[in-house]
Amino acid sequence: MKNSISQIKKALIEKKISVSELYDEYLAKAKSGNNNSFNLVIDRENNISSINDSQNRYDNGNPLPLDGIPLGIKDLFCTKGIRTTASSKILSNFIPNYESFVTQQLLNDGSIFIGKNNCDEFAMGSSNETSYFGPVINPWKNKNSQKDNLVPGGSSGGSAAAVAEGSCVASMGTDTGGSIRQPASLCGIVGLKPTFGSCSRWGIVAFASSLDQAGPLTNCVEDAAYILNSINKHDFNDSTSSNHQREDYLTDINNSLEKKIKIGIPSDYLEDVSEDILNQIDNTKQALSKHGIEFIDVEFKTTEYALSTYYILAPAEASSNLARYDGVRYGIREDGESLDDIYLNSRTKGFGDEVTRRILIGAYVLSAGYYDAYYRQAQKVRRLIKNDFQRILNDVDFILTPTTPNEAFKIGDKLDPISMYKNDIYTVPTSLAGLPGISIPSGLSKNGLPLGVQFIGNYFEEKTLLQLAALAEKELSFNE
Amino acid sequence: MSNNWEMVIGLEVHAQLKTSSKLFSSSPNQFGSEPNENVNFIDSGMPGMLPVLNFGCIEMAIKTGYALNFKINKYSVFERKNYFYPDLPQGYQISQFEFPILSEGFINIDSGDNQKKIRIERAHLEQDAGKSIHDIDPKYSFIDLNRVGTPLLEIVSYPDLSSADEVINYMSSLRQLLMYIDVCDGNMQEGSLRADVNLSVRKKGQELGTRCEIKNLNSFKFIKQAIEYEFQRQINIIDGGGEIEQNTMLFDTSTGETRAMRSKEFSHDYRYFPDPDLLPVYLSQEQIDKIKPSVGELPQDKLNKYLDNYSLDKDIAKIIITEKQNANLFEKMISESNVKPKFIAAWLVGDIFAFIKENNLEVNSLNDKTKDITDLLRLISDDVISNKAGKEILPKVLNGEGKPSELVKVLGLEQVSDSGELEKIIDEALVGEEENILKFQGGSDRVLGYFVGKCLKATKGKGNPKLINKILLERLNKK
Repeated sequence: MKNSISQIKKALIEKKISVSELYDEYLAKAKSGNNNSFNLVIDRENNISSINDSQNRYDNGNPLPLDGIPLGIKDLFCTKGIRTTASSKILSNFIPNYESFVTQQLLNDGSIFIGKNNCDEFAMGSSNETSYFGPVINPWKNKNSQKDNLVPGGSSGGSAAAVAEGSCVASMGTDTGGSIRQPASLCGIVGLKPTFGSCSRWGIVAFASSLDQAGPLTNCVEDAAYILNSINKHDFNDSTSSNHQREDYLTDINNSLEKKIKIGIPSDYLEDVSEDILNQIDNTKQALSKHGIEFIDVEFKTTEYALSTYYILAPAEASSNLARYDGVRYGIREDGESLDDIYLNSRTKGFGDEVTRRILIGAYVLSAGYYDAYYRQAQKVRRLIKNDFQRILNDVDFILTPTTPNEAFKIGDKLDPISMYKNDIYTVPTSLAGLPGISIPSGLSKNGLPLGVQFIGNYFEEKTLLQLAALAEKELSFNE
Repeated sequence: MSNNWEMVIGLEVHAQLKTSSKLFSSSPNQFGSEPNENVNFIDSGMPGMLPVLNFGCIEMAIKTGYALNFKINKYSVFERKNYFYPDLPQGYQISQFEFPILSEGFINIDSGDNQKKIRIERAHLEQDAGKSIHDIDPKYSFIDLNRVGTPLLEIVSYPDLSSADEVINYMSSLRQLLMYIDVCDGNMQEGSLRADVNLSVRKKGQELGTRCEIKNLNSFKFIKQAIEYEFQRQINIIDGGGEIEQNTMLFDTSTGETRAMRSKEFSHDYRYFPDPDLLPVYLSQEQIDKIKPSVGELPQDKLNKYLDNYSLDKDIAKIIITEKQNANLFEKMISESNVKPKFIAAWLVGDIFAFIKENNLEVNSLNDKTKDITDLLRLISDDVISNKAGKEILPKVLNGEGKPSELVKVLGLEQVSDSGELEKIIDEALVGEEENILKFQGGSDRVLGYFVGKCLKATKGKGNPKLINKILLERLNKK
């Protein structure tokens, strides 16, 4: 078991380790780059003053909440003065002059950034294979086929691999249709997607604005609470940022839930799943039943429409969000004879296949004559999906589902987009509903690979969701 | 023969709102800055930047709603209009499409001797784009993003206009109203108000023809020229057996001609969809009601007031209400003095406006001189000085050379209104005029004028003409 944030902080307070030593330990692993989990590792000298400041605060006995904690940051967050690429060629030379809201909160709380984590290009992918900087390798191996390199999941695959390999204590990811939860599950760590509107999107390279949400990938549920405490704040500069009252997610995280809990298990999610996956649900059910938690079967009416709805709405928004990458003001420009040529060349050479595919799908579903049949229809179905969740969450406190339909697969194994998209079948509905979801490791597959389960809570109920996840984590912990 | 033809015109007017910052960013909204000076990360479309609605623009739209008799919608939605252009950094313009903030308004305009109601389909808020400059360098184009994100209210009329003059009247009425409610500076040269003209022709009484849209006209002169040219162009095509193609046209100001920019086949598919970065705008009745008092009196209200309460001539009243600052100056003078409004109005549109024009001044610049002006007008209306003396003193008062009463003294322009003194002068003037006196008594009015002139001359022009007249008549009738 890796050290948690509270254990590390304790060691720093007790001077068993210095901030600098801690940083160097993680930096060394990040620099080894065995799994290609970083697009950029920040030079030590750029962090020296932060390290010293942090050490001073420990020495003076007033450390900040995340003081000295080495973090990875998905390369989708704009970081001031540090190259931010979204793992795309088109932004491969882009250095923002501003810091995203979320990463600024993490800096304000004393954390130190190790580097920018690899991810799928513009967060479009479920295996981290669409990155311009190459695929990320899952630190886990199939015990029956040790030499195969497996995918870490995606799109926050670099973040998940980096946390799993120990090159950062935690990493900031983003989740649009499962991009935090799915890789967390495939890498055996914790991944939290907060309620849409919890954490500001300001300064995050946009994929699908109505779905994108920042969240942590961590070694344990308590660490997720640490990070959430830092990043979950109202931001005036994001019009979709909620101004509801935030809670302290750390206090009481290890106390059992106050009221009697009822959890729904959607039977329609479990049709045609493998024994490995069914085992995860059964184990979780058994472990939590011991604590008096009640499980009931529930059934969604909209599950079968979720993926197609998602793959209309997300590309539609993406086709517009990615229009700004035109080679005119920043990023890669490929010259041409005419203005149209400049656009065509810059974008053709700047974007990879998956991004191009989604831009084309998005432009198609928004175009005259197709808008009503696709985009408008998908918006209506999205509303039905939300209502479906609300109906079920009226009866139960939480919903338990598998996080993924399968374990980590071999790099290059899933070549057709549809089978890749199906990887997000359990995470996409939650994203469409805007609800919070957390994936925690629940056990190992027959091949010795980690699998996770997902708990879904009601809007802005992250506090109890984390409490439940912490309880389950205690029961389900497995050794690597 | 164009006699049988009539034109059908609808107008899309873009009014730049007078806010201090842009529609979705905090950059200053001002004209004339150095290129790319008023640009922040949002305006320049940097990755991860998000728009935040400037609610001041909503308030101005509501105000406009009241002034143009619109239905003010409690639910409106900002959408993205997607197209590529270098001066559009986001790759889309944020605009309202399916759900505009204002719908179904109208204004009345002058049409010949009558009033005509022009219906307005909708008005919506949108961002302006930047500027591409192609004529500085043979090899490169330049981009100025200062105008990116400037708030525009696009006001879309029904095709209710049927002549260039009506279009001009409609535009100037709109301009007047928008300036009255202080949402637009009305500066057409700087592009604060510009129009796209949709024009089609038809034989009288027939179905609507195919329209062409002439883009971006920013002066009354160009609007008139473009309409007249396009009208004739379309007639010529049809008369020549051709058909009108639905085109977007540009007006070439140097040749006075319109020419096709792009045809419908090449028209953009803008792929509108609700901007997911922004929430729909929900307005409560309270929020809408709260704005109403700030609309203030509109030109028509003022006109009615001037005619009914102040008994002004309609022509004079209309001149005063043309611009709000005129009306403000006028009303300030009324409130600060007990000089008759009609008297103030005559001087205002006469000598005072002449002075402003001659010296190229802003009407507002006289706001701190109103007390002096009305003091002067009081002296005139009380016969302390003559009208003529008043005209002489006015420029000095407006130039701030002194107080009216002092100036009268310094210049010695006070009228002689002492009847004893005047009687003496009149008696002297009548000496040796027996012949003319007889003529007067014989019914010749012209002789009276002669006597008045003679007496005034004797007073060196300072005698009170009314009093002189009165005493003269007494004397002449007695003799």
